[in-house]
Amino acid sequence: MKYAIVGSGVSGIAAIEAIRSVDRSGEVVMIGDDPHGFYSRPGLAYYLTGELHDKALYPRTSDEYRQMNFRYVKGRVKGVLREARVLELENQTSIAYDRLLIATGAQALPLEMPGANLEGVFKLDHMEDAKRILKRARRGKTAVVVGGGITALELVEGLLARGMNVHYLLRGDRYWSGVLDEHESKIVEARLQVEGVTLHHHAELIEVMGKKNRVIGARLLDGRTLKCDMVAYAIGIRPRLELAIQAGLAVDRGILVNEFMQTNDPHIFAAGDVAQVYDPAVGRSVLDSLWGPARQQGYAAGLNMAGKTTAYIKAPPFNVTRLAGLTTTIIGAVGGGHDEDLVGIARGDSETWRSLPDALVAQSGFDVNHLRLMVGEQRLLGAVVMGDQTLSYPLQKIVSERIDISSIREKLLAADARIGDVVVEFWAGLRN
Amino acid sequence: MAILGLFQHDVKKHAVLASGLVAPNPARCVQCGICTFNCPVGIDVRAHAWRGEPVIHNHCLTCGECVMRCPRGSLRFEKTDLFAKRKP
Ligand SMILES: Cc1cc2nc3c(=O)[nH]c(=O)nc-3n(C[C@H](O)[C@H](O)[C@H](O)COP(=O)(O)OP(=O)(O)OC[C@H]3O[C@@H](n4cnc5c(N)ncnc54)[C@H](O)[C@@H]3O)c2cc1C
Repeated sequence: MKYAIVGSGVSGIAAIEAIRSVDRSGEVVMIGDDPHGFYSRPGLAYYLTGELHDKALYPRTSDEYRQMNFRYVKGRVKGVLREARVLELENQTSIAYDRLLIATGAQALPLEMPGANLEGVFKLDHMEDAKRILKRARRGKTAVVVGGGITALELVEGLLARGMNVHYLLRGDRYWSGVLDEHESKIVEARLQVEGVTLHHHAELIEVMGKKNRVIGARLLDGRTLKCDMVAYAIGIRPRLELAIQAGLAVDRGILVNEFMQTNDPHIFAAGDVAQVYDPAVGRSVLDSLWGPARQQGYAAGLNMAGKTTAYIKAPPFNVTRLAGLTTTIIGAVGGGHDEDLVGIARGDSETWRSLPDALVAQSGFDVNHLRLMVGEQRLLGAVVMGDQTLSYPLQKIVSERIDISSIREKLLAADARIGDVVVEFWAGLRN
Repeated sequence: MAILGLFQHDVKKHAVLASGLVAPNPARCVQCGICTFNCPVGIDVRAHAWRGEPVIHNHCLTCGECVMRCPRGSLRFEKTDLFAKRKP
């Protein structure tokens, strides 16, 4: 059996591990166009802040790759000949397959405005982007950041950590309004201000100004200009669908797959950020840009490719991240608002979070430690935990394992309920 | 700037656990490697986190550095079975 995997991200690596758990001798080839191969993309944020150096971001040694027993080809796949089951590479070579995994991930949406191509305009997508940013970041210089979600804040925090003055432009009233509620946005914004970030609401960048091809300023819709040496953006991502479209596979916002991660061509599978996967919780197929699901989907795809039929059932998506230094866990469906700073989803993000569940909201905590629960009829459908993370594990379990919470529902919804204590007690009871 | 050590409550627990070990929750881990990078004795904690295996290792000091530094709360202390096998 010949297996081909396009993309060297976590879903591709997980697929190889799965294939090898079933088939020790089949031929496996991975083709990747990132010159840095497999590394922790979420870890790029910590590389920016200086908590890590770049070499620490590579999880595998060459010995470990050898043990996985596959061939790695650096390059870009430009076409799939489905009839012949052959991949065409940009370097004019071709690779035959019996089973193909498309794990091409997603990429940042480009900034489209005058000046977007100037030297000093950055996104944070790949290792190369992070290196370019660090080369340009200088203590005492000024950066303008636009966009939303986790990546925009990672840019803000990374540049702050490098001693830059940071302006963060928000088009609307508040930060990440599609996922956070008003109060949560305000908590994050207040902390950003304490850290020294200059926040601008209702501020829309319309032009990056330059001189000798370098950034010198940012022009806003209201006519103001801000002097700056760098513009960094995170306005959303888009699955890399080119191959799937060229191959005539069924696509919507991502590549459509069934529960076996199989596309409408039974020889071709898709997994990770590029795949659009059915979510039983919201009753439709959704996109995520989350490491955990990408790994799980890649693993499930690999097993199925090697003939071990295994269904992948999407769990409620969750992420633990730092928002302005405040650890925040987001689980399940919590959102619903409109976000003017993002087109679709960003990195470390899920479409599911944005669905407004049929639930009542219970909240507690008003400054640093904040908890919000989406209380359904019998289950918790989502949660946001900011600050103290004691409840993060229990809530991850209670939401994802669909534990019946009928016995505490009324307590959670009572006026002035201490919902944290109620959950702690409930969890202790479950464990006994 | 960003606060480190947000999971310090876990680290404090360490004081009470005479014999604890570091246990990962792979679903939370994004393989950033902060744990491995900061391990004073060079254990590849991240590899344990990928496999979901507790750090059972002769050299592990259970110093809590990895638990404290993990930005995502993927690592915590668990009580050990005193007779758990330790890797040389
Ligand atoms: C800055 C940043 C922060 C993030 N933060 C978080 C977070 O907090 N939590 C979280 O869970 N997730 C986070 N993520 C998202 C997470 O990294 C992704 O969900 C995950 O990497 C997806 O894995 P993947 O294998 O699907 O795709 P990718 O990791 O994107 O890998 C796809 C690979 O395919 C290659 N490729 C594409 N097309 C071709 C082609 N035609 N030929 C050859 N190769 C090709 C690409 O170069 C790439 O290397 C973050 C990502 C970034 C960049």
